[in-house]
Amino acid sequence: MATIEPMLEEIVYSRPESLTDAATHYCPGCTHGVAHRLIAEVIDEMGLREKMIGVASVGCSVFAYNYLNFDWVQAPHGRAPAMATGVKRVLPDKMVMTYQGDGDMASIGMGEIVHAAARGENITVFFLNNANYGMTGGQMAPTTLPGQKTTSSPTGRDVENAGFPIRASELLSTLDGSSYIVRRSLHDAKNIRLAKKAIRMAFETQLRGLGFSMIEMLSSCPTNWGVDPNQALAWVAEKMVPYYPLGDYKISEAVKQIRI
Amino acid sequence: MARELIKGNEAIAEAAIRAGLHAYFGYPITPQTELLEWMSRRMPELGRAFVQAESELGAINMVYGAACAGARVMTSSSGPGVSLMMEGISYIVGTEVPAVLVDVMRGGPGLGNISPAQSDYNQIVHGGGHGDYNLIVLAPSSVQEAIDLTVECFDLAEKYRTMAVLLLDGSLGQMMEPAELPPMMPVRETFPAWAATGAVGRKPNILSSIHLNPPDQEVTNLHMLQRWQTVEANEVRVKEYYMEDARFVVVGYGSAGRVALSAVRAARAEGIPVGLLRPISLNPFPSNMISKLADRVEAFLVTEMSTGQMLEDVRLAVAHRRPVEFYGRVGGIVPFPDEILEEIRRLAKGPLTLEGHPRNRWLARMTGAN
Ligand SMILES: Cc1ncc(C[n+]2csc(CCOP(=O)(O)OP(=O)(O)O)c2C)c(N)n1
Repeated sequence: MATIEPMLEEIVYSRPESLTDAATHYCPGCTHGVAHRLIAEVIDEMGLREKMIGVASVGCSVFAYNYLNFDWVQAPHGRAPAMATGVKRVLPDKMVMTYQGDGDMASIGMGEIVHAAARGENITVFFLNNANYGMTGGQMAPTTLPGQKTTSSPTGRDVENAGFPIRASELLSTLDGSSYIVRRSLHDAKNIRLAKKAIRMAFETQLRGLGFSMIEMLSSCPTNWGVDPNQALAWVAEKMVPYYPLGDYKISEAVKQIRI
Repeated sequence: MARELIKGNEAIAEAAIRAGLHAYFGYPITPQTELLEWMSRRMPELGRAFVQAESELGAINMVYGAACAGARVMTSSSGPGVSLMMEGISYIVGTEVPAVLVDVMRGGPGLGNISPAQSDYNQIVHGGGHGDYNLIVLAPSSVQEAIDLTVECFDLAEKYRTMAVLLLDGSLGQMMEPAELPPMMPVRETFPAWAATGAVGRKPNILSSIHLNPPDQEVTNLHMLQRWQTVEANEVRVKEYYMEDARFVVVGYGSAGRVALSAVRAARAEGIPVGLLRPISLNPFPSNMISKLADRVEAFLVTEMSTGQMLEDVRLAVAHRRPVEFYGRVGGIVPFPDEILEEIRRLAKGPLTLEGHPRNRWLARMTGAN
């Protein structure tokens, strides 16, 4: 029987050290897991695991600390950017990231995120936009599209009554304190690769002390949208991307100079 | 170090700095603003962290973050701001991280006014945030005591891994008195082993108040309560005046206690055997001490700058064994010693009753109703 020469084996895919081996509680087809993996890969590649302090938010990603293998603190709903400010100000040489949903960041936590950005707080924010409140069972979020049905907009979001969705990247990009604000999507391989590059840039921004960075990631929520995983990814591409155009919203002069 | 004339709010700020404060986060509100202003100048000059937050929600969560990183950290505010901080306070205690809050109380409810009051006793001593928890609460009655207790707040918060609150009314925050500040301590360079500081060569530290599994939450709550029993057993602080032979006892804290002391002295000059018990720790409350006093004295007078919030704790300790009377001024008014003296005379003269509620009798006297 032939033995496999160890030298011929090449590991092309494995679990990053920054990811624990815990099975996640995320629904099938949810892109939180994709985002976790990308963040973990970049942290490994940059050798930042032992420097990283995560600030978890309240939402489906509340247990992010079970999956991402570094120090974490857990913020009250919406307050992650304030908590991250507290951590970063006493540990300026460490890396600090928040991981927030759209209800968390763009509704209850709008005050905290705007001011963290305005202060140019040297932290990185991962903003997962899935157009609804996932954890509480799919209610309308500030990012819910006009006409989109949710459990609290059962006939579709009526902008006369519920107002219009908030485009957080555009909004935060108007602030002088923001250094790196981009929107990416996790609905296909190409966009996932682009998201990973952006994560790298955001961490490079923080590492160099260049100020506030935020990556919005359009995400799927098949369970609460009531569709299967493939349809959910298609919905991101067809419905969310037109309303939330992908692109770079703010790249400061200093960040433009970064060469990796 | 020499005594200098210094304003309450600034004295507290400087005392905290000298206690090795690493970070301060706050938001302006009268009558505590000088504290924030002092920090804004001193902290950066010492290379320490200062942020004027976007709101008290922001401030308390910055405190929460820095506390999770193991730093000596504090904030300060007054009634309306403290109300906004309640969510964060509950999280801080639930996560078992140390932090210090200074609440310089003003008249309320609502926007109320900016004059001195003791209106936040219930909110701070009996909760205010969600869930089962206790805060360590210390109440000074002079600028010197505010300085000393500020330093103690940090030590107690760290010893028991909880939040310690310095509770004072606006007049103490605003008044200038000669006082001595402690020597300067540098910011600690090492962080506690439990802190979130980056998992270098160890398993990740995760600081959270979440226990999704109810039995875990129950265990945690019982454990926190056991720790609180240790606080109750070891950290009760009171100051007694003229108590050895007292047949009547005035109970008052902070400024109300200080005014009451003048009244007690005047009453003594008139030959009334009255003493003053001034609780310094409002939580843990000196319940056992008051309970024992109820065995030997004739009656109590509780005096507060509220409609009788601490009154209920005194009544619980006395447990209907002796008459308890109440005198309060509210809405931003500090009582005069003469007013309390008059109440002491009334107490000594009698007749007194165990019936009814002292608050109702007081209200009837205040409003001229019968
Ligand atoms: C102060 C407060 N209000 C409300 C809630 C209930 N709550 C928990 S998660 C959540 C919504 C989270 O939605 P989002 O941020 O969009 O994240 P997702 O779950 O979709 O990932 C809400 C409203 C809470 N925990 N705290």
